[in-house]
Formats: sequence, C-alpha cells, structure tokens
Amino acid sequence: MMDEQKKEEPKPAEAPAGEAKPAAAAPKPPAKPAGPAPEPLENDLVRRLRARFGAAVGEATLDRKQAIVVIGRERLLDACRYLKEEEKFDFLTDLTAVDWLTRSPRFAVILNLYSFPRNERLRLKAPVDDACPSVTSVWGTADWLERECFDMFGIVFEGHPGLKRILLPDEWKGHPLRKDYDILKQDTDWVRENLGIESGQ
Amino acid sequence: MDQPNVTTTVLGADEIILNMGPQHPSTHGVLRVKLKLDGEKVTGSECIIGYLHRGVEKIGENRTYPQFAPYVDRTDYVAAVSNGLGYCEAVEKLLGAEAPPRARWVRTILTELQRIASHLLWLGTHALDIGAITPVFYTFREREEILKIFEKYCGARLTTHAFRIGGLLYETYDGFEEEVKAFCRDFEKKVVEYEELLTENRIWVQRTRNVGILTPQDAIDMGATGPVLRGSGIRWDIRKAFPYAAYDQFQFDIPIGERGDTYDRYLVRMEEMRQSRRIVLQAVESIPEGPILARVGKVIKPPPGEVYHSIEAPKGELGYYIVSDGTTQPYRLRIRPPSFINLEAFDKMVRGHLVADVVAIIGTLDIVLGEVDR
Repeated sequence: MMDEQKKEEPKPAEAPAGEAKPAAAAPKPPAKPAGPAPEPLENDLVRRLRARFGAAVGEATLDRKQAIVVIGRERLLDACRYLKEEEKFDFLTDLTAVDWLTRSPRFAVILNLYSFPRNERLRLKAPVDDACPSVTSVWGTADWLERECFDMFGIVFEGHPGLKRILLPDEWKGHPLRKDYDILKQDTDWVRENLGIESGQ
Repeated sequence: MDQPNVTTTVLGADEIILNMGPQHPSTHGVLRVKLKLDGEKVTGSECIIGYLHRGVEKIGENRTYPQFAPYVDRTDYVAAVSNGLGYCEAVEKLLGAEAPPRARWVRTILTELQRIASHLLWLGTHALDIGAITPVFYTFREREEILKIFEKYCGARLTTHAFRIGGLLYETYDGFEEEVKAFCRDFEKKVVEYEELLTENRIWVQRTRNVGILTPQDAIDMGATGPVLRGSGIRWDIRKAFPYAAYDQFQFDIPIGERGDTYDRYLVRMEEMRQSRRIVLQAVESIPEGPILARVGKVIKPPPGEVYHSIEAPKGELGYYIVSDGTTQPYRLRIRPPSFINLEAFDKMVRGHLVADVVAIIGTLDIVLGEVDR
C-alpha cells in the first residue's frame, strides 16, 4: 500500500529551500495560490477607501489572493464604521497583532473582516505604537479579542469598556507575545523571587 | 459593550454573586462563571478563563513549521484531526503548495468522521448535563468506532497528528474503505436512536426550547460561527463559502435553526452528523489513486508573507493567521479559536434565565477549554 510517489505533479520542486530568491522565480508553476510575493491591489473598494480617507489609507496589497489594506490608527475607527455600514463588512472574524520589534511604529494591529453579503474577506492593518482606538462600538466581538491583544502585547485599546487581562492572571508581569519577552528569563525571575535561589536549571 | 463587570457592579438588595466553576462538572473543563443572581434568575455574568493557558502561540513562534503541527492537536483536543487540517492547509497556502487529490480525499473523510465524533461527545455530555443519562452511553459507543478507525490509521485516538504539511504521511490501511462504509451504514440507524431518546422527549424540549436565544443580529455582532451561528438561522458554512480539502466535490446541505435557541442548535448538530455521514460516504466511494504527499521539501521555509486560512471545525470557524519572515519558524502564529469567540456570546444568552439553564447554555455552546485558553 505504500505509495512510492512516482508521479509527481508539476509542483515547485524545492521552491522554499532550493533557490536563492524563491519568491520571484519558483512560484510560477503552482496551480492554486498566486505567487507568494505580495502584489499591489487596486480595486473599487480600495479606490473608495482612498477617496474617503485620503492619506490615512496606506499600502493595499494582495498576498496569496488575500486583500490587505493598511490604515492609519487615527482614522481606523472611522474606516471600520464605514466598512461595516456601507461596505457591508458586518463580521469581525479576528483581531490580533504582530510585534515588529525593530520597526516604528512597533506593532501592527490586524483586523480580519468578513462580509456575508459579498462573501469576501478583507484584512486591515493598523501600525500602532502602544495605543489603538477600540472597535468594540462597531463589532461586539472585539471586546474579548482586544482584551486578549492587550494581555498578550500590551497594546492599550482606547475606548474599550473594560480593558483588563483575560487569559493571564491579573498580577502577571509583562506581555508574553512581545518579541522581547523571554520565556526562560521569566522562569528564572520566578525562581529567584519565590525560591530565593539563583536559577532553577 | 454592555459587558457587566459583576464584581464591581453594585448589587441590588436581593442580589447575590454565585461562583460556578472552575471545578464544576458541567462547565466542561475549567471555565469559571461569576453569576449575578436575583433569586434563581441570572441578571449578569462574567466568564473567567485562562486556567488552561499554555501559550500555544508563543510556542509556535519558537518551533519550526512541522514541529508545531502536533501542538495544534492539543488546542481543541476532542477534534484534533480538524485542527491539524486547518494548520497544514494554512502552511500549504503560505508555501504555495497543494496536497495531492488522494490526500485531500482522505483528509475530508477523516475530518468529517472527526466532526461526527466531536458532535457525539457534545451530545452525550450536553444531555448528561441536562439530566438525561442514557444518550452518553449510546454516543460513546459510536464515538469509539471512529476513534478505532483513527487508531488504525495513525496509531493515536485523540491527539492524532494525522496530517502533514503537503498531504499525508501514511497510506490508508487495508480495509479502511470497508470499515468506514460499515460505520456509515450502521450510523444512520444510531442517529435515529438518539433522536428517539431526545427530540420529542417532553423534558428535553422543556429544558431546551426558548433557552439561550441568540438572535441572528447578535450572533453576527458577537462573531459566533459554526452550529451556534447556524442555529440562529444564518446559512453559512466555510465548507461552502470558501471550499477547502475536497468539499467542493461533494453534495451536502447546511442545516439551520429558526429561533436560535438551545433546541435549534441541538437539531442543527443532529442534522450535521447526518450530512457528515453523507459526505464521508461520497468521499470513500471515490478516493482517487496517486501520491499522498506533495513535494514540499524537507526544510519548510515559506517565502515572506502572511496568510489567513480557516476551516469549518466542529465548533465553528477555526482560523490560522501565519506571518512568515522567510525562516523555518513562523514569525507570528495566531489561532482564531471558535470556542473562545462563541463563548463571548454567553452573557447575552444567559441573562434572564434560571441557574439550571446556565448549564444548558454552556453545553449548547460546545466549548472546549483547551481551545478557549490555548
């Protein structure tokens, strides 16, 4: 029963590992996803967003067939309200963040939107330092998601009705998903504090 | 928005705070609920979660892509196969690879069997919570058959790690098709047996009808997915909206409820089990021949970029958002957990009901705390 895998489909043979610049050369053969390199996106929705929010709308890209729009934090709430009410993105699938330690602003808050009428997804990215407007007034889902984001990244969501930790205990120190949060150091700190010895290792 | 903080809300003269959990058998794990009560009536609630938090997302950032695959099995540990499918497909999308047809068929079969197993576990325990002891013996009998198929296929029953990035590691065993078919043949009658115990049972109907109503507007606003969303009357299923694996090849229906109460969600899940059986039967008849693993290379190193991929897990939309910086480890790995977000609607559903209904509402949400807390 063991399959020897004699018949190989036309696949990007060692696309990821092999060549030096895989993003440009290899991804042509695969049938399904578009080239894994992000490409600029210019469609009606993006044009309408640009017309309405002007310079607050940053780069719009299509990465692996997924639409991504960067929005400045100062217009984020307005843009969300507009997208929900007029563009029918009525469902907030997910809200999270990415810590780009060396960039400025440091974090990117990611909102994954979905529209039932259009059956379409849209991803918003808002570069923020450590504060971001809360979108709980637009989508109720955002309540716990923003709390989790605060818990894990320490991003303060301004206007959130009850911003406090959700998964970690209230007395926890630090925000674990930050890139400068060291798992081992945290253990050592705990051992020093509670057992009075230098290291538990 | 009107999330009450019951600890700080001023209590009325007749109001008390009741703690439920984390060691309460009906909270399905370590969920703690603070209830504000006026007599027997719930006037507010607050869920306290995180007792099972293991930092899965942080672990993901410190493992290579294949190394992390077994960890996802331990989020929703009663539907490990579905978690694995979501993760593997997300990484494949990130790579620009696709699993061969045979692998997609086998994945579909195993994932639908897993959906049946997960719904059976839900049905047995939900009924047990409400006071019907019998169904749990019936449902565990059938669930065992499914777990035996998993065990024969990959050696594990619960945390299976059944799939690999790019397809499957194992061929199906001799007699796989026959066993799956035999299970499906018997299962049709079994669902009728469960329905005979509950669907028209007066106590069951009284305990679930009009309990925990979630309107369609609230369901969308609170981000509910899966049977919770469909129970509220919204015909939406990722298997149809964004087909993955081999779902676009098969015929099946999406059941919905009318009122959005606990009874409707019960009916939706019962029908979903029948539809899953339908999918499995179609798939097992038409498994194509061919390779089972695409060539993705030994070292998985996706080009820089990001991807969000979600599947219809038994609990709802299970999504993986992965950011790659071109190395062998994900730069950021986010799991969009259906249980966590469905649980958010709990407060809306529980207000105005009696303490005894709280148990029914926790049961109907079908949460797994491993996934809520991650």
